[in-house]
Amino acid sequence: MTEHPSGKLKIFLGFAAGVGKTYQMLEEAQELKQRGVDVVVGYFEPHGRKDTIAMTDGLEAIPRRKVEYRGAAFEEMDTEAILGRHPAVCIVDEFPHTNVPGSKWNKRWEDVLAMLAAGIDVYTTMNIQHLESLNDQVAQVSGVRVRETIPDWVMEQASEVVMVDLTPRALLNRLERGVVYSPEKAKLAINNFFRESTLAALREMALRQTAHEVGARHGDSDSERNGPEGNAPYRSDEKLMVVVSQDPASVALIRRAKRVADFIGADCMAVAVMKPGEKSAEMRGRIEKHLNFARNLHVDARILESPETAEALVQFARANNITQIYMIWPRRAAWLPLFIRNDLQKVVRMARDMQVTIVDDRRYMQEQERQKEAAPTRPPE
Amino acid sequence: MKTSTEHRRPDPEALLRQVQAAEEYESRGRLKIFLGYASGVGKSHKMLDEGRRRHDRGQDVVVGAIQPKIDREIAHLLQKLEIIPLQEIQAEGVRYQVMDLQTILRRHPSACLVDGLAYDNPPDAAHAYRWQDVEQLLTSGISVITTINLGYIKELQDDVERVTGRRVAQTVPVEFIRGADEIEVVDAPASACIQREGATAEDIAARRHQFAELREVALVLAADVVDRQLERYLERSGVPQVFGTQERVMVCLTPRANGIRMLEVGRRIKESFHGELIAGYVDNQQLSDEDKSSLETNLELARKAGAKIEVLSGSDPMDAILEFAKQKGITQLFVGHSMRDGWKARLFGSPLDRLLRKRQGLDVRVFPH
Repeated sequence: MTEHPSGKLKIFLGFAAGVGKTYQMLEEAQELKQRGVDVVVGYFEPHGRKDTIAMTDGLEAIPRRKVEYRGAAFEEMDTEAILGRHPAVCIVDEFPHTNVPGSKWNKRWEDVLAMLAAGIDVYTTMNIQHLESLNDQVAQVSGVRVRETIPDWVMEQASEVVMVDLTPRALLNRLERGVVYSPEKAKLAINNFFRESTLAALREMALRQTAHEVGARHGDSDSERNGPEGNAPYRSDEKLMVVVSQDPASVALIRRAKRVADFIGADCMAVAVMKPGEKSAEMRGRIEKHLNFARNLHVDARILESPETAEALVQFARANNITQIYMIWPRRAAWLPLFIRNDLQKVVRMARDMQVTIVDDRRYMQEQERQKEAAPTRPPE
Repeated sequence: MKTSTEHRRPDPEALLRQVQAAEEYESRGRLKIFLGYASGVGKSHKMLDEGRRRHDRGQDVVVGAIQPKIDREIAHLLQKLEIIPLQEIQAEGVRYQVMDLQTILRRHPSACLVDGLAYDNPPDAAHAYRWQDVEQLLTSGISVITTINLGYIKELQDDVERVTGRRVAQTVPVEFIRGADEIEVVDAPASACIQREGATAEDIAARRHQFAELREVALVLAADVVDRQLERYLERSGVPQVFGTQERVMVCLTPRANGIRMLEVGRRIKESFHGELIAGYVDNQQLSDEDKSSLETNLELARKAGAKIEVLSGSDPMDAILEFAKQKGITQLFVGHSMRDGWKARLFGSPLDRLLRKRQGLDVRVFPH
């Protein structure tokens, strides 16, 4: 095989369905075609929107792959066919999509990585809600837990992130006019996910994320974030350690710490402590699950064996030049008297050469939200 | 787990504030801004197009100001709209383009289009600047749709000059922009990178880089506007601020706290997340002179780091901090800790332990000192 440079990824980022991501992507595809670039549509989701469908006119489409799963028929992007056809640029709608079980790749973003590796440029679309590290904040803002996420390191692969923007008012007008959904579905959407305040909050998150993406790619005007060559990404001397346990809040903790680490250009690792001879396979399983979650976000993860959790953590941190520790407030047995310190209190007192951040378990806020609203909210798309 | 405090009875003052905010909002015109970061990318076109669409939908729209030079496309859009001509005024040898404020107020349309917000008025005009004319239209209940370029926003001029090497004389304060009801960033199309015929690949790359930097500044400003909108919306509807849409770091200053380190870290977080930095301290009359002067040093550091200073009061410092943090939607609280606990703290828990137990919806970072 000959060496070839990998393809470039361009992401059209939005904050809700209907802002015009797919439309703008196709518009650029048409421009490319006019300039004589070999561009194909790998996957396109029409959603019954006429203007958008019209934008595909004259573009070569790679037929979808038909899959049967549990008696139902599905259509997926035919990545093998695209790789065989090898265009210069491939258009792939809905980046965070999960493929039907039995597909070669689990996630559409994995299909896309395969195309990039083969030297094909890819244009794709996604909403800010789907960025892994914002998952908890999005749930807090919208009351919706998004399942299909894009890991932050995948978004980092993009050479360009373009925000497709629209004011919430204009988006609501579009909804009311029936451009985005059918009338009944639109009504439901406006009352739930598309409340103006929710849209404003998501838009703000998308604007800030895009500003960050632009800054990370072009070097901030702030010279501190630039490397000596001006364009090299800034690496700080900070190193974060996340303390993972069997507590389900560990997942949000890992996301939060990784996001902070990414933003300040620091390394991040995850550590769990297990007492020697710990018998509970269930506990081991839960901890392993959390550590694997960390690994999927490209966080180095490991288990320490020690009878003294706090001591083991602080020792490990010192040995690894950790500057910041991220933990949650441990759930304590109700019968324990207040003056018995929990592991976190011990770590805070021992790690006098480090900063310790206690991350809030923000899930209870969503619980409150959910109780307030009788009707369940789901993002329609 | 703490139970919800959100359903407790609202206090009358908060209710009054809510009603007043709602009334003010109802009677005021809406301000919509098209924000550009490069000239000639079609801000005026977008504004007029919106004006035309509103006109077609039956809204009473007039044009209050248009740029002196217009192309054919814009002339075409203008045909459909009623125009209140600009007044040309010569004063002290300078020619001014002045909006005819009185005529617009008398005509009292539903919406007025103002192309170009950053104009100075002549010395004897009612207002020194055009944006003040616009403010008067808004308070009179007339909505305004307007355009501005990033380089004309006073507080952003340093940023823009660093990128473009250019600086303009006429400006609008950023606070006015932040108060807009809607903002749209008008992007420079890829073709705008080719400034002139025969631009080399390096020219185009340099310009693309320039645009990317300016775009970042524009996006952060737009995010600030959206944030303000959201805050006002929540105020009007009486929903407490719980959103984590932007990072807000609050550094709790005490005489002993390692202010330098905490503020330095806070500043870095603020910059990389494009968030906000607040330095708060709880007013305490019983400080020794020595403590007073070290607190003063820390406050000076905070000002230098660009932090907003907040003085809190309350019989219990921790409660005062937590209450404030909740109101303002703080996402990260920085506190100093000496790690030395007296016997009382050992028995009943130190203030830090209490803080950690009571905090809701925010992260706490402990800095040893």
